[in-house]
Formats: sequence, structure tokens, C-alpha cells
Amino acid sequence: MQPRTYEVMFIVRPDLQEEEIDKLISNLESQAANAGATVKNVERMGKRRLAYIVRKFVDGFYILLTVGADGKAIHEIERRLRVSEPVIKFISVRIDEEQKRLEKIKQIRSTRVKRSAAESAVTPEGAPAPAATA
Amino acid sequence: MSDTPTPTTAAGGDRQDRGPRRDSRGGPGGAGAREGGRKFFRRKKVCKFCVEKIDAINYKDVRLLSGFVAERGKIVPRRLTGVCTPHQRRLSAAIKQARNIALLPFAARF
Repeated sequence: MQPRTYEVMFIVRPDLQEEEIDKLISNLESQAANAGATVKNVERMGKRRLAYIVRKFVDGFYILLTVGADGKAIHEIERRLRVSEPVIKFISVRIDEEQKRLEKIKQIRSTRVKRSAAESAVTPEGAPAPAATA
Repeated sequence: MSDTPTPTTAAGGDRQDRGPRRDSRGGPGGAGAREGGRKFFRRKKVCKFCVEKIDAINYKDVRLLSGFVAERGKIVPRRLTGVCTPHQRRLSAAIKQARNIALLPFAARF
């Protein structure tokens, strides 16, 4: 089966120190590796205000992982997140199909641009009138 | 309704975000008098995502999404914003994901 790409975003409670967050992330990475997932990217989005109160916290640290994994590995990661005490909320979203779709759109758009560019390149040679309008 | 005054003042910024679309929504008798018998003038609403060629409607893009959320946190219907059906579908999915991770409120407090 082709490996899927997921985005796992989670919120860590705000009263944690930087080192503790680092530790948590590295812990999670090794656990993910054990589950058969590869962490491609880790992005810290910093401290943000939550839109609503979660476990009596008004704000939290957002962390975004980009993970290449199959469903089982994601399930394991989610389980780990659920049991880890400092994590107050998480969401995992599959992004590979969306990316595929976007690439397709991009491709279509680029071919269209090429065609219109080619047309505009051809028309001035053929007739001087379109050049005046352009 | 005792709570009506507070949301309007609190959501001043929200209103401003949606400023241009608010205008495009038009209203009864906008420029009606000049056009003879026509009482109503409505500007044609266009899908923002089609016009600006925004392909990705991502749940992380709070700035973009918050423009399509009413002051109390509701998703604004298509008939008010002019978003096309496929994009509204993606938009509502993204808003729901964003709500789940506390980027957008389920119901804004007042």
C-alpha cells in the first residue's frame, strides 16, 4: 500500500516549559518511528489563544507534525496523544489526496497559461490588429 | 433580546472583514431610481475562491476562514457570500476542522 501523508496538529497546555515541549516532541517522534511512521516535518506554531476553553485553559502551544504513515500508525500516534497528559487537543488530517488534487489543478492551469501565451505569441505575427488591442 | 447590543459592538472587526461582500449583497432600492422601473439593484455575487483562484481551503488558514463565519461563529450561507457549491463544501469542512482544534469557535461567547 502506498504510504499516506497525514498532518497531526496538537495543542499542548500553556504552562509547560520549552524544554518539556522539546522532550515531548522528541518522545512522540521516537514513538511514531516505532509505530512505523516517518515524521517529515515538525512545526511549532507558537502560543495561541484558543477559540474556546479546553480543559480550563484559555491558550496553548500549537504543534504541527507532517507524518508519512499508514492508518495503523496514525491510530497508534492518536492513542499516544490521547494518553499523554500535557496534550489537551489533537487532530489528524490526511493531506496526500488533497495535495494530489492541488497538483492536478496546478498542472491544468500551467498548460492553460502556456496555451494562451502561445496564442498571444502567434497573433502579432499573423495580424497587427490584435497587437494594438493588447 | 437583551444580548443583541453586545455582539454588534464586539464583532466590529468581524464586520469589517466582510465589508466588501456586505456591499455586494446589495439592498432594496440601492440604485433603483436611475434605472427606470427597476426597484432593486443587486450586484452579481461571485465566488471569492474562483475569482482569486484560491485552490486550497485549509483549516489552518484562520484569516481566510473567519471571513465566512458569522459573529456568533456560524457558517455564513452561500446565498449571502456568493461562494460556489464545490467551494462552500470544502469551506464548511475546513471550518469544522478548525473548530475541532480550537482555531475557530463553535459558538462565540459574548
